[in-house]
Amino acid sequence: MAAESQFQPHPAQMQPAKPRRSGSRVIRPGMTYASVTDKISSIVLTRPVDWIWLLGFAVSFLLTMMLIGAISYLLAVGVGVWGIDIPVAWGFAIINFVWWIGIGHAGTLISAILLLLRQDWRTSINRFAEAMTIFAVGCAALFPLLHLGRPSRFYWLLPYPNTLGLWPQWRSPLVWDVFAVSTYGTVSLIFFYFGLVPDLAMLRDRSTSKLGQIVYGLLALGWRGSAVHWKRYHRAYVLLAALATPLVISVHSIVGLDFAVAIVPGWHNTLFPPYFVAGAIYSGFAMVLTLTIPLRWMYGLHGFITEHHLDNMAKVMLGTGLIVAYGYAMEVFMSWYSGSEFETYMMHNRATGPYAPQFWLLVSCNVIAPQLLWFKRFRTNVPALFIMSLIVNVGMWLERYIIVVTSLHRDYLPSSWGMYSATKHDWMLYVGTIGLFVCLVFLFIRFLPMIATFEMRELLHGHSQAEEEH
Amino acid sequence: MGQVFHPSANSLVRAGLGLLVILALLVLSSALLVERSPINTLVGVALSQPVPFSHAHHVDEIGIDCRYCHSSVEDEAFAGVPATERCMHCHSQIWADSPMLAPVRESFATGVPLQWARVHDLPDYVFFNHSIHVSKGIGCATCHGRLDQMPLTAKAESLNMDWCLACHRHPAPSLRPVGAVFDMDWRRNIDTPTAPGLMERNGVETRGLTNCSACHR
Repeated sequence: MAAESQFQPHPAQMQPAKPRRSGSRVIRPGMTYASVTDKISSIVLTRPVDWIWLLGFAVSFLLTMMLIGAISYLLAVGVGVWGIDIPVAWGFAIINFVWWIGIGHAGTLISAILLLLRQDWRTSINRFAEAMTIFAVGCAALFPLLHLGRPSRFYWLLPYPNTLGLWPQWRSPLVWDVFAVSTYGTVSLIFFYFGLVPDLAMLRDRSTSKLGQIVYGLLALGWRGSAVHWKRYHRAYVLLAALATPLVISVHSIVGLDFAVAIVPGWHNTLFPPYFVAGAIYSGFAMVLTLTIPLRWMYGLHGFITEHHLDNMAKVMLGTGLIVAYGYAMEVFMSWYSGSEFETYMMHNRATGPYAPQFWLLVSCNVIAPQLLWFKRFRTNVPALFIMSLIVNVGMWLERYIIVVTSLHRDYLPSSWGMYSATKHDWMLYVGTIGLFVCLVFLFIRFLPMIATFEMRELLHGHSQAEEEH
Repeated sequence: MGQVFHPSANSLVRAGLGLLVILALLVLSSALLVERSPINTLVGVALSQPVPFSHAHHVDEIGIDCRYCHSSVEDEAFAGVPATERCMHCHSQIWADSPMLAPVRESFATGVPLQWARVHDLPDYVFFNHSIHVSKGIGCATCHGRLDQMPLTAKAESLNMDWCLACHRHPAPSLRPVGAVFDMDWRRNIDTPTAPGLMERNGVETRGLTNCSACHR
């Protein structure tokens, strides 16, 4: 098969062969170059639409339509339809923004940092983790724009040569957010697309429909798989990974600073940036697991995504979850150690005030439940792991809820205390973005290869070579 | 399976991508240019008015003072647009039958004010005050241009925020002696105090001039 040999990478020529320690665990035995490509490309090219996909897509598409309806209503009427008011002026929009942007972080961590650290188990999950990042950043970016109140003026946040005679307020982390999130979105998109190019060429060559050949062909940017192509490709891919690496740290640090620079009890804390980054990776891995486990079952990908992968992701979740728990402990400690009566009251109010149920639910979801991940038997129990990932997703959402709402609803002056509760419209927008996210994931698995074929084959190559050396 | 793409496809796509970048730059830069051009700012564009009123005729040829019609300019935020009665002070006697002035006579007879099109229309979130500018020595002509030479009234300046801020950040060069505010062709002469001297004499306080709340309340 001409197309087959064309896409055989020659890593042996590109880089010195390294023994892959975990080669046999990240891909099931019995896989060959041909079977890897057949299996992955068939999901896109030949597999008929099945009822699970259709049902999932239909439900998420309806939710997306609800999102569009909710946005239209919001634009027509204004942010008064939300539950926000003084003193809690941030509400769901900011909670959801931080939650979504955090979820994206796992994708970048998997694709960039784990690539540079040569963790080859990342290969089976990096493609859809990256896709997840892009969809999550898209959902996240929606919220601050809508929260502006006048979304059509969003460009005032950009330093373009305007007629106002003013620059954006550089001392505000909200402006840093604009740069952090747009850089993050751009780099993630380039990284994702770049990683797709050889696979798009594979789809172009294997597609039997004229339309498929043209569309995938245009997207493949004339990739022919020559040795020169591969040499440049590998070099550029590592460079892009290096570029994306600092973003894993910087984006959520800046989101943390959105809170930390404000002189609000419970926010004004130097701990926030690192603790937010850990929380982001925690929730991101939870979301990767939430997506991986059903996809693996739906498309029978047990050969590519083994128990070893799930185990590793669970370990990352446990590690970052412990950092987050340390962050909570330090918040409690600092509220006492600061000697500030407002900080002390803030902690007291969180634990016993009107939002205490949410607070204790958050502690149970994020600190207590994940302790089960210490046990290997739990980490390799797929349904249990799936439920755990959902629990952590809920917990991380509640964490942002607690941070935003409890700190704002009671600050220094008891005369300006108030309560916050979300409206129906708040929930429609939130659930709507989940619908959009899932809808995009469904489209992605239908039209693009959800596992990086060529990287899997490289893995196979490295693996067989390592065995020959034994 | 035949070839899907012609060998020239690569070059075509490259050229297309290049064109796309050029097109994006063109669109963005023309948006910025249009924003500053009279298409958007209406500088020098005479609006259609119920009566073709000529400032050149009334100010330069006849010599009426600005304050005869814009009577609240020294004391209030709004300089004041004259009521029809003010026009009729003279026009009940002169040009009393001019067909051009028919709308003025009709307004006088029915009591329905003339609907002038506002030439200097600031957004509602800007709280501009004429009296403070006039009393600190900003001449009419500094912002409104040589109205005494405009047969039909048009804006002389964009009234964009960067134009306001240029003066609010550095007011000295735009000042004149308070007595010369209504002088249309005032020029700095040998007796004019220096710019810092005018700041002192007119009592211009720069502190607070660039606060947001100076103009946006």
